[in-house]
Parts: sequence; structure tokens; C-alpha cells
Amino acid sequence: MTYLPKPKFHHPALPKNALGFTHRDYEGSISTLCAGCGHDSISAAVIQACFELNLQPHRLAKLSGIGCSSKTPDYFLGQSHGFNSVHGRMPSVLTGANLANRELIYLGVSGDGDSASIGLGQFMHCVRRGVNMLYITENNGVYGLTKGQFSATADRGSRSKAGGINNDSPLDLVGLALLIGATFVARSFSGDKTQLVPLIMAGLSHNGPAFIDVISPCVAFNNHPGSTKSFEYVREHNEAVNRLDFMDPRQPITVDYEPGTTAEVTLHDGSKLRLAKLHADYDPHDRIAAMTYMQQRASAGELVTGLIYMEPEARDMHATLNTVDVPLNGLSEKQLCPGSAALEKVNASLR
Amino acid sequence: MPKAIRSVNDFVIKFANVNGSGSASANEMFARAVMRMGVPIATRNIFPSNIQGLPTWFEVRVSEKGWPGRRGGCDLMVAMNPQTWDKDIASIDPGGYLFYDSSKPMPESKFRSDVNVVGMPLTEICNRTYKDPRQRQLFKNIIYVGALSALFDIERATVEKLVREQYGSKQQLLESNIKALNLGYAYAKEHLAGLCNLKVAKSGAVGNRILIAGNDAAALGCVYGGATVAAWYPITPSTSVAEAFAKWCRKFRVDPETKRHRFAIVQAEDEISAIGVVIGAGWNGARAFTATSGPGISLMQEFLGLAYFAEIPAVIFDVQRGGPSTGMPTRTQQADILLCAYASHGDTKHVLLFPEDPRELFEMAALSFDLAERLQTPIFVMEDLDIGMNDWLCEPFQWDDSRVYDRGKLMTAAELEAGKTFGRYLDVDGDAIPYRTLPGTHPSKGAYFTRGTSRDRFAKYSEDGAVYVDNMQRLLRKFETAKSLVPAPVLRRAREPARYGVIYFGSTSAPMAEALVSLEQAGLHLDTLRIRAFPFRDEVADFITAYDQVFVVEQNRDAQLRSLLVNECAIDPARLISVLHYDGTPVTARFITAAISERLQIRAKEAAE
Ligand SMILES: Cc1ncc(C[n+]2csc(CCOP(=O)(O)OP(=O)(O)O)c2C)c(N)n1
Ligand code: SF4
Ligand SMILES: [Mg+2]
Repeated sequence: MTYLPKPKFHHPALPKNALGFTHRDYEGSISTLCAGCGHDSISAAVIQACFELNLQPHRLAKLSGIGCSSKTPDYFLGQSHGFNSVHGRMPSVLTGANLANRELIYLGVSGDGDSASIGLGQFMHCVRRGVNMLYITENNGVYGLTKGQFSATADRGSRSKAGGINNDSPLDLVGLALLIGATFVARSFSGDKTQLVPLIMAGLSHNGPAFIDVISPCVAFNNHPGSTKSFEYVREHNEAVNRLDFMDPRQPITVDYEPGTTAEVTLHDGSKLRLAKLHADYDPHDRIAAMTYMQQRASAGELVTGLIYMEPEARDMHATLNTVDVPLNGLSEKQLCPGSAALEKVNASLR
Repeated sequence: MPKAIRSVNDFVIKFANVNGSGSASANEMFARAVMRMGVPIATRNIFPSNIQGLPTWFEVRVSEKGWPGRRGGCDLMVAMNPQTWDKDIASIDPGGYLFYDSSKPMPESKFRSDVNVVGMPLTEICNRTYKDPRQRQLFKNIIYVGALSALFDIERATVEKLVREQYGSKQQLLESNIKALNLGYAYAKEHLAGLCNLKVAKSGAVGNRILIAGNDAAALGCVYGGATVAAWYPITPSTSVAEAFAKWCRKFRVDPETKRHRFAIVQAEDEISAIGVVIGAGWNGARAFTATSGPGISLMQEFLGLAYFAEIPAVIFDVQRGGPSTGMPTRTQQADILLCAYASHGDTKHVLLFPEDPRELFEMAALSFDLAERLQTPIFVMEDLDIGMNDWLCEPFQWDDSRVYDRGKLMTAAELEAGKTFGRYLDVDGDAIPYRTLPGTHPSKGAYFTRGTSRDRFAKYSEDGAVYVDNMQRLLRKFETAKSLVPAPVLRRAREPARYGVIYFGSTSAPMAEALVSLEQAGLHLDTLRIRAFPFRDEVADFITAYDQVFVVEQNRDAQLRSLLVNECAIDPARLISVLHYDGTPVTARFITAAISERLQIRAKEAAE
């Protein structure tokens, strides 16, 4: 277990965010994952991101499929409703939830087995439908919960703990997300909190389908030499395209980057993303260039991390469906039921 | 001349056409014309799983008595499909009529000596009148509608009015259609007079009834019942539920000022996703449904278990068709009863509703959302292709404006604030239905983690056997509660004391009423019980035990409702005699009458010996 049981009372000295919430208010139950599991670091990053974003925990709904990764929503945001659905089908449940109430923030958490194997279809269709959400895959290249089988994101030639070699081509979820119209696409590493927290903040603030693939080593089954999703391997092959600084409009901007190496992006809610560019030629607003760049770096054996693509003016599924501004789940009989007079007219037209 | 059937307002006419030839709308217009004459009709489409080129049939039963079921047999065949000619001719009742296109001479062997022939050179007339080959085909249909109207004494003005209603806004189409109609009408008056003794005479028997297909009615019921989210994947015969929902929503659910939609329809990538969307929306407090058929239900199994166990409202319309596998995709059956009643792995039981016609389907559709939210569970509305895709003459829809939606046990922010205990799976008042909260309700109270794994009364994960059993027992008790909420069965007593009973459900209702009259005329008196829902209310078992034996009439091979009765009501199987019809056509009164009277005569003989 990575978390020790915590006392219920709040220490008066704990720092508070603009809403008066402390870190504790964003925590969940005690994790039951293996000590050192990358997924727990991602949970910690989610907690940090929501704290810094000044989110009201109950205005976020967290949904997941099945797997070690999909268990994690229980371990953060205990004041939020959560839904641990069925294996690979979280995207459809999230889509329905979002249709019912467009005012909440939706966080989908999944694994590489959950999203790249059994749930590949749902993942793709949810993204192409433009559901407003942040979709995170906690990608360890294995099925953790069923004890270490290769998943569809395992690299060709990677070795399982039991010694088997994966001969199938890997599925690249980032590449797919770019291809099918995600309007925010990023990749990060569970061990890189500095990069991951602002990405999650930006993803949660994005107004459209946002996707972050987080490489998250499985210490039990996929953190050995020969694995391409181990801590060692990722640290050595990580190639960050940019560093992110997320600025909530309600917070004073404290960090300043060297002029000439930064680019600012304004999100729909007025908050800003500042990209500290490590590559002067990398433009996260060009989908085609991003796709080409991903392919080039992948063939050079590098794992690109950072904000890979973003469309600041993104629209979501509700815009396409032209639904009313208010949540559908809050409409009254008066707004929904045409009544008996209208029914009489219907009857008359059927005679 | 062979003997000629004579009948006023009581006969069956069948149209044999080629799929995609534009005949469907012309045939429907003919049927509606009979109805406008005040004479009840029952229509059935028999169509292939294909878009163009294969045979289709459209059957119109003209019935002053208003029998809604198929009668069986055929008094007049409109034989427009050379492919099926032989079979079509063979299916005409002796003394019946054949209406055909006599443009090309046909050998005598192609006809029957006991059938009256009414020939009309349709192709010749069309070729003479129209240049465009497409028009020749399309107007041929309207021409025969005109001719048939004349043959049956249907007022020309009645048909013309229908044409005007259909093409009112398109002046050119309107004129050419009326021209074609008159052409046919005039030809028949001049050349075919006296050839047909089947007549339609003005009547008041239709009353204020309406003509509508079940799927259309179901969709309207969803609008009235407050559904806002629909997710579906195309499959015959359920597709028209989603299409009709879109139609009614465009009419009734567009905000008059902003033009924005008070509904969301998602055509999902498959049925798994469709039910997932419905479950997500139901979890989040929207009234949501999907419409599908057997293959879709098969795909939804895992999710249905989740919805049962995690207690999430959902409405599923299963428009049943011939199975298993792709089976007979465009033919009717009632063969998903067990599939739906026990859908998913593990111990599950689901609420099923069995509508008898589009009117009841409208009501049950609206009711299903109240039941789903009250019981926090999936509700299956068990349609079949016969109800779903055929136009039925039924009582007009009714709605009580004082009705309020039953949103079930939803704990509010104020209740949470006031300190009311919230346990997501806690039975506080004995009906075994717990309270639920919607996401976003309260800043610090009432949030819980929904999951398909076992958990305690406060939604906390638990693998403790006792905790699991506690929850499963409560779910069973909740199913008991459902008994008191679902529609009660309908009992009909025979005029004389009966030793035998009949149980039936769904679309079998249509021929059953008629069969009972015939049986009664033969001196066979039976009490009947029409089952309208599962779980079975106590009246069902009481009914069965009150008779020597009870017939169970079903449209499937394996007597699925009977199995459910035996299993759920602890009935001795020997008490239940199956009458099964499952060739894909709707069961007829003639079939039921024959099956029951044969059995009863055997019984009588046995008793006498
Ligand atoms: C329909 C179905 N098939 C199989 C399983 C078993 N199962 C549970 S988790 C899992 C794989 C999870 O892998 P991943 O999504 O990568 O999550 P991880 O545990 O690696 O975080 C499988 C196959 C299941 N729960 N449901
Ligand atoms: S098995 Fe792997 S993925 Fe699962 S908890 Fe352990 S380390 Fe994490
Ligand atoms: Mg995994």
C-alpha cells in the first residue's frame, strides 16, 4: 500500500486553495495497488491538479473501466461520484453521463488493456464523437490485474517478466487520438510530476475530447530490463517536446520563462497554458506536423512527451447535437412532456 | 364462372410486390382509404431482409368487427410479382379473386379454375400514358389503387383526399398522382364492373381509433415519458423506434426560442456502446433508452448485469424477431423472453413489460421510465416485429396532464444537508429500494463509488460473503416490490364456467380475442389471462391453479413463457399446455382455435372412453 491511513481531521497549517480546500479534500480511499505502482503517482498528480485548479470536487465525475488503473478513481477525489464500469466500456458510460449533465467535468481513467484491447472501439468512437472529457490511460504495456500478459501497447520485442517476447506491433494511442480528432493530445510519464500535473490541469480545462497517455510502469510485471515501459527505459528514452506551465486566471502568475522560448495558449475558460519550448520548431497547433513528428521520433526509438497537439477553439459533442445549455437531467415535465392537447392532435393526424 | 366469395366489409386482400418498387406507400394508401370509409383494417407487411428486388407482401384484413389479428387465407390477391406468381395463386381461398396485370397473355395453366380472374392491362396503360420508365413503375401502383377502389366501391373522393394529404405541398406530384388514380378508377368502372363481389360499405365501426405502428407509438411514449437520451445501433425491426423518436423530438422537444434540443440521440458504434450510453445517462439522472432486437440484447449482456447489480435505471426496447443468430430478421417472434428475463451472468432477474398493441406500447413506454427510476434497474419493453413495424388500428392515445414523473428515491442536497443518513445500498423503509444521489448533488455529502463488484450497504468495497449475500437478498426483495408496481394481468371470464384457462401475452392478444369467439361458438368456454409483465404478480399463479389445465399461447419454439411460469411460480408443468406458433408470421385466430379445440376434443374423448 502506498498510502498510510490518514487521520480525518485537517491540520490547520495545511495550505488551502482559493476555495479553501486542502489537499486532503481531493484525496480518496487508501490505495490497494502494489507499492511503487506508477498508477499511484498518477492519482497523486490528479489530486494536485484538481487542488491547483480550484475545482469543486463534487462537480467532477470520474469514470473508469476494469484493471488496476481503473481502480484508481477510488483513490482520489473522494467527494466526487465515481463509476467503475465494465472492462473496456468506460467511454460509452462516460458519453451517456456527459449527455445527461453537460455541466460537470468528466474524467475517464483507463488502462492500456482497457483502452487499446477490449475497449479500442469505444475509445476511438468516444474521441471521434467529441465528448468533452479528459481521458487518461495509465499505460504500463501489460495487463496488471490479470498478472502480466502483454497488452496491445507492448512494444514489439519487449520481454515479459515470465520471459516471453511480444511479436505483435504495438498500438500507439497517442497516434490514434491524433488521427481520430482528439483536440488535446499529450503524453507523459507517471514519474514526471512536474510535466504531468500541468498537463492534467490543461486537459481538465479543455473544452473537447482531451487525451493523455501516461506511461506508468507496473512494478509487479513490467519494470524489468527488456521492458520498454519500465522506469529506467522511459527515463532514458524520454524526449519532451515542451514544458508546461498552467496558469489559472484566478491565480497570480509566479513562474516566468525565458522570453523567446515560451508560447502562450489561452483556453476557453480564460486560463492560460504556457509552453516552454524545448524544440523551437515544435508547433502543438498543427495536427499533421504533430503526427509526422511522432512517427519520426518513434522510429528513432524516442518516446515523445509533453503537449503534442491542442486546438484551443475546440467544440464538443453537445455543440454538434445542439442540445440546450442546461443539463438534460434537470429538465422538468413541463419542458419534456407535450401534454394531452398535443396528443389529441397526434391522434387526429393518425385517422 | 367459379363460385365467387361475396362479402361486405369482411375479407382479406393481399398485395404481392417486388421490394423497392414503390408499392408500399400505394398499398398503405389503399388500406387507409378503407379505414376512412369507417371500416376497421388490420395490415401486415411481410418483407425480406433486403432493399430491392425480392418479394414482399402486404396484407389488408378488412373487418367490420374490428379483429386486429391476421385471419389467415386470402380472398383477393393483387399479384404484381411474377417471381412468386405460382405460390401467390395457390394461396387464394377457393372462390376468391385474382387481380393481375393482363398486358401480356398468359397460358391457362397459370390460373386456377376455382378462382375468379380480374385482369387489367396495367403495363400497357402505363406505357401508353408515361414516357419515363420510373414513372411507368411508380404510377402503376397508384393506378391499381384507383382500380381497386372502384372494384370495392370505395368512394373516389376518399382516395383522392388521401392523395392530396400526402402530396399536398408538391403540386406537380399531386397532379400526376391524381391523374393516375383517376385513370385506374375510370378503367375499372368501365371494364371491370361486376367482376368482384367483395365490397367496402361505409360504416362507423372505426370510431375514433387511430392507425399507427408500434415503434412509432413507442417513440412517442418515450417523449411523453420524459426520455432525453437515446442511444441505438441500427437493426431491423427496431430501427424505426430511434427514427421515430428523432421525428417526435423535432416536433415536440425543440426549445421554441433558442431552437436548441431538449434531447440527445447517439447512433452508437454497436449495441454494447448503446447500452453503455444509456447506463451512463441513467446513472447521471437522465431518462435514457435504447431500442434493439435479439442480437443486440445478446451483445448487451455484460452491461445488463452491471445495471442490475449497480442498480441503474435503464429502458430497453426489444423488438423481437425470428432467432437464433440472424434467424429470420424480418419476421416476427416472441423468442427473447428468457434471454431478457435472466439477462447477464450470475443471478439476475429483470422486469419485462408485454404490450399488446401500439396504444398499450405508448403507455408502457412512458411507464417504463417511472419503473426504471423507481426500481433503479433495467426495464425491458418486449415488443415484437408484428407490433413494432405494422400499422395497427387501436384506441387513441391518452395522457393525464396531472401526471408527474416518478423519479424514484433520489436524495436531494437539502436532505443530505439536513443530515439524513445516506447509504447507497441501504434499505431504509422495507421496500428494498435504496436511495441514490446524482453526481454533483452536494459538495461534501452523498458521493459514492459505483461499481459492479460487491460492496456493503454504504457502497464500500467488500468481498465478505455475508455482505454479498445481504445485498443479493435485498435485490430479490426488490424484485418482490416490483410485482406490486408492474401492470396487472388482464382477466377475462368466459360466459359459462370454465375448466380450462388460456394465458397469452403481447401481440397474441390480437388473434386471441377472435379465437375465443370461435371457440365459444363451438361450445368451448375458456377463461383467459393476458400477462402484461414479469415478475408475475400473484394473480398469475392463482389463475393457473384455478383450472384443470391452462393453455399457454406463445410465438416461439421452446415455450419460453411457460418455462418462466414453471420456474418462477413453482407450477407443476403438467398444468400448462403449450400452443406454439413460430414460423415467423403472426399467429392467427384460426391457428389458435384449431390447436385448442383439437386438444379439448381429445380430452373430451378420453374422458368419454
Ligand atoms: C469482459 C472481461 N474480460 C476480462 C476481464 C479480466 N480483466 C480484468 S482487468 C484486465 C486487464 C487490465 O489491463 P489494463 O487495462 O492494462 O489495466 P492494468 O491492470 O494494467 O492497469 C482483464 C483482462 C474482465 N474484467 N472483463
Ligand atoms: S500489478 Fe502492476 S499495475 Fe497492478 S497494482 Fe501492481 S504494479 Fe500496479
Ligand atoms: Mg495495463
